[in-house]
Amino acid sequence: MKLNLRVWRQKNADAPGDMATYEVDGISSDMSFLEMLDTLNEELILRGEDPVAFDHDCREGICGACSLVINGDAHGPERTTTCQLHMRSFQDGDTIDVEPWRAAAFPVVKDLVVDRSAFDRIIQAGGYISAPTGSAPEAHATPVPKADADFAFEHAECIGCGACVAACPNGSAMLFTSAKINHLNVLPQGAPERETRVLDMVATMDEEGFGGCTLTGECATACPKGIPLPSIAAMNKEWLRATRKSRR
Amino acid sequence: MAVSGLIMLGYLVAHVMGNLKVFFGPGEFNAYGHWLRTMGDPVLHYSWALWLVRIVLLAAVAAHAVSAYQLSRRDIKARPTAYVHRRRGASYATRTMRWGGIILALFIVWHILDLTTGTVHTGGFEEGKPYQNVVDTFSTWYGNVIYIVAMLAVGLHVRHGFWSAAQTLGVGSARRDRALKLIANGLALVLTVGFISVPVAVMTGVVS
Repeated sequence: MKLNLRVWRQKNADAPGDMATYEVDGISSDMSFLEMLDTLNEELILRGEDPVAFDHDCREGICGACSLVINGDAHGPERTTTCQLHMRSFQDGDTIDVEPWRAAAFPVVKDLVVDRSAFDRIIQAGGYISAPTGSAPEAHATPVPKADADFAFEHAECIGCGACVAACPNGSAMLFTSAKINHLNVLPQGAPERETRVLDMVATMDEEGFGGCTLTGECATACPKGIPLPSIAAMNKEWLRATRKSRR
Repeated sequence: MAVSGLIMLGYLVAHVMGNLKVFFGPGEFNAYGHWLRTMGDPVLHYSWALWLVRIVLLAAVAAHAVSAYQLSRRDIKARPTAYVHRRRGASYATRTMRWGGIILALFIVWHILDLTTGTVHTGGFEEGKPYQNVVDTFSTWYGNVIYIVAMLAVGLHVRHGFWSAAQTLGVGSARRDRALKLIANGLALVLTVGFISVPVAVMTGVVS
């Protein structure tokens, strides 16, 4: 396959950026999108040019490091992560636009790399449980109803890639934050911090400069892990419950 | 946004039911208009109940507008750079919430000046004769156009707004999603068709 790429190039956080055009040849349809970018970078290095910087790590679709907006879609046209997107989803001769996540809370570091540490600070605010360390406790000691376990697992699938923020026209982090809160708040292990978790994580989300939710649903459409849109309603329910309880 | 929106939505449902009384003739419609002022009698003085409703509505409109402004400002600030490759995303009703809301606010101003105060009314506004006033308004082409466009905007606004309010208030869930969307679409359809039926009836001569 031969492709025309239009890639966002930006030297550093303060420099202005723009779309640069590259032609890449010899792309196999079995390559992943990141392998296609590797091919481009090898050529750029041979030509003595600066390679395109992009985030990646496991390349198995489970770490949440890759972060590209491809033709306006976070993680591209398939419902998966960019590393699991294959070139067979494109046609020979296609022009493909590659841009970084766009949000005030995710500033561009270089080219396609953005700083997602705002997510880490949301997690630090309450995305944990307080448990004694030591050997793992007997699993049957804490019974969890099947429906609750399923609900928790559905939300635990969030890999924190930030596609929800990138897809949201408001740059809102409601889907990410709700996934993390719902995952822990439904389980007995998360019960001691149930109220402070939702209040603190939502407050941190707001402080980090993410936008507000207008329920456009773009986040849930872009999510590679299929975190459902009603998660946001479940978080709002937890938040309202916590505000009522903390006033007592 | 959710609470103030639901207050206004509740009012709209009552409003459309009242409007449909126009089909029972001038006697019943004008009597209904009079009852709105004697509502709560003898506990309340003449038109006190109506003013109470107006005050609550005014507070709801103000709260809705202020929160819409704050939310929009925050959202625009959170996404300062647009994508080069633009793509059409959410549904039409979702994308038109902001402009639809502004259109509705302007419509409400015109609507009050036309049929409550009579300031911009054409054809001799007469207080206490709402039937004739309604017929006058919908006998002009612009009255029909403004009203029908605004009512389509109401339908779109309610379609996304009702469902969204349920999410904000934490009522939404995967299990209830279908039901909530059905209620939102049903409310939007009933309100739009109900409101538009009046100008259509005047145009076709059913109400004259």
